[in-house]
Amino acid sequence: MCLGVPGKVISVGEDLHQLATVDVCGVSLRVNIALVCEDSPQALIGQWVLVHVGFAMSLLDEQEALEMLAALEQLRAVGLERPMPEGKDALH
Amino acid sequence: MRYIDEFRDPALTEALLQRIAQLMLLMPERQQLPLQIMEVCGGHTHAIFKFGLDRLLPDNLEFIHGPGCPVCVLPMGRIDSCLEIAAHPEVIFCTYGDAMRVRGRHGSLLDARRQGADIRVVYSPLDALQLAADNPQREVVFFGLGFETTMPASALTLQQARRRSLTNFSLFCQHITLIPTLRSLLQQPDVRIDGFLAPGHVSMVIGNAPYGFIAENYHKPLVVTGFEPLDILQGLLMLLEQLHAGRSAVENQYRRIVPEQGNRLAQQALAEVFCLKASSEWRGLGEIAHSGVQLTPGYAEFDAERRFHPQAQQVADDPRSRCGEVLTGRCKPDACPLFGKQCTPSNAFGALMVSSEGACAAYYQYRRETA
Ligand code: SF4
Repeated sequence: MCLGVPGKVISVGEDLHQLATVDVCGVSLRVNIALVCEDSPQALIGQWVLVHVGFAMSLLDEQEALEMLAALEQLRAVGLERPMPEGKDALH
Repeated sequence: MRYIDEFRDPALTEALLQRIAQLMLLMPERQQLPLQIMEVCGGHTHAIFKFGLDRLLPDNLEFIHGPGCPVCVLPMGRIDSCLEIAAHPEVIFCTYGDAMRVRGRHGSLLDARRQGADIRVVYSPLDALQLAADNPQREVVFFGLGFETTMPASALTLQQARRRSLTNFSLFCQHITLIPTLRSLLQQPDVRIDGFLAPGHVSMVIGNAPYGFIAENYHKPLVVTGFEPLDILQGLLMLLEQLHAGRSAVENQYRRIVPEQGNRLAQQALAEVFCLKASSEWRGLGEIAHSGVQLTPGYAEFDAERRFHPQAQQVADDPRSRCGEVLTGRCKPDACPLFGKQCTPSNAFGALMVSSEGACAAYYQYRRETA
């Protein structure tokens, strides 16, 4: 019950008490945005948010997501150059 | 970009697993005494089993499934109080679906609904609030369950109830807070935990600072971690790197969702609506000081306990069940004599078997064939 799902803000109301529409995996959800709205609701359109029990709980920081994936790519590239320690196959 | 598929990439998963295996070999002392890493959150437990991550890791690395599933630590007495409130004929009792099958002394909310009580599963407390607006002649009670992840939703819903002058709405509060429970775990002498994967979605609300004492006073590394396979493995790798280097710090793997300071707006709403209770009961763990919240005097009028006065309940756990020991990592689910016999997901005896985020339910669903 503590998991949220990422979704993209499609439309918002006039003020932050009106529900916004968020696209989560192709499904439109009506979502409260008061916890992620520091200035005007309109500024949220197109942003990714984490939706949990009807509330947008956090703005998804795309920069951070991309940096993390880049760091993992780096790890993979290094790993490919380095043989596995003997007798250890990570997947078995 | 949805940031789900990306964090399930098989090639990156394999690279992480290799790196983890390499690091474990660099810690030969761990061959005798396996590393024990507690994943605090039930969401992590579920993901670890669902993706079979524990089976991909070296044998000398164990997950301890922590107390971070609010359904699993829900005491029987609170369910009895829910049933008592729901029995009022004017009441529409609303709950997250997770709580429906938890048994109290007199059965579950599901049993009570079958017997005619008006109990409804809602996705959001806002749905319960709407029911109150649509049914002014009824009393709508929302069962507020969960950690800091669900607490802000309850707080904002009560603020809206006030704004909309909906006086037929109230909250039965079972919100609990993780930090005091982690502290009490660390104070128990026979609990051995080498590091923590901290719950990403609690952290997006409270931020990273509240975990500081774990690194500073108890010298245990802690990494705030997301819920996809790559998140969990990367969080684990960050923990191992700390352990290998002999460091203990609070680090954040889930920066795409968890800002350093948490969610300030949510923290403000929590401070307005909730205050700490002297003590709260956790199933399997007993009473823990300052581990739960109640409504502030300013919101007391929305307190379902004031409105319906359910009897105070204290129900002892069955002595045969080992829920508390499973929750603290002292034993694995299949070491419980009731596991898979008297206690199964369809007929759960202990609460760890009820929720799919509970360690016993996850074991039953994904590990029974080897258990
Ligand atoms: S099998 Fe059931 S009774 Fe035993 S520890 Fe797990 S949830 Fe508790």
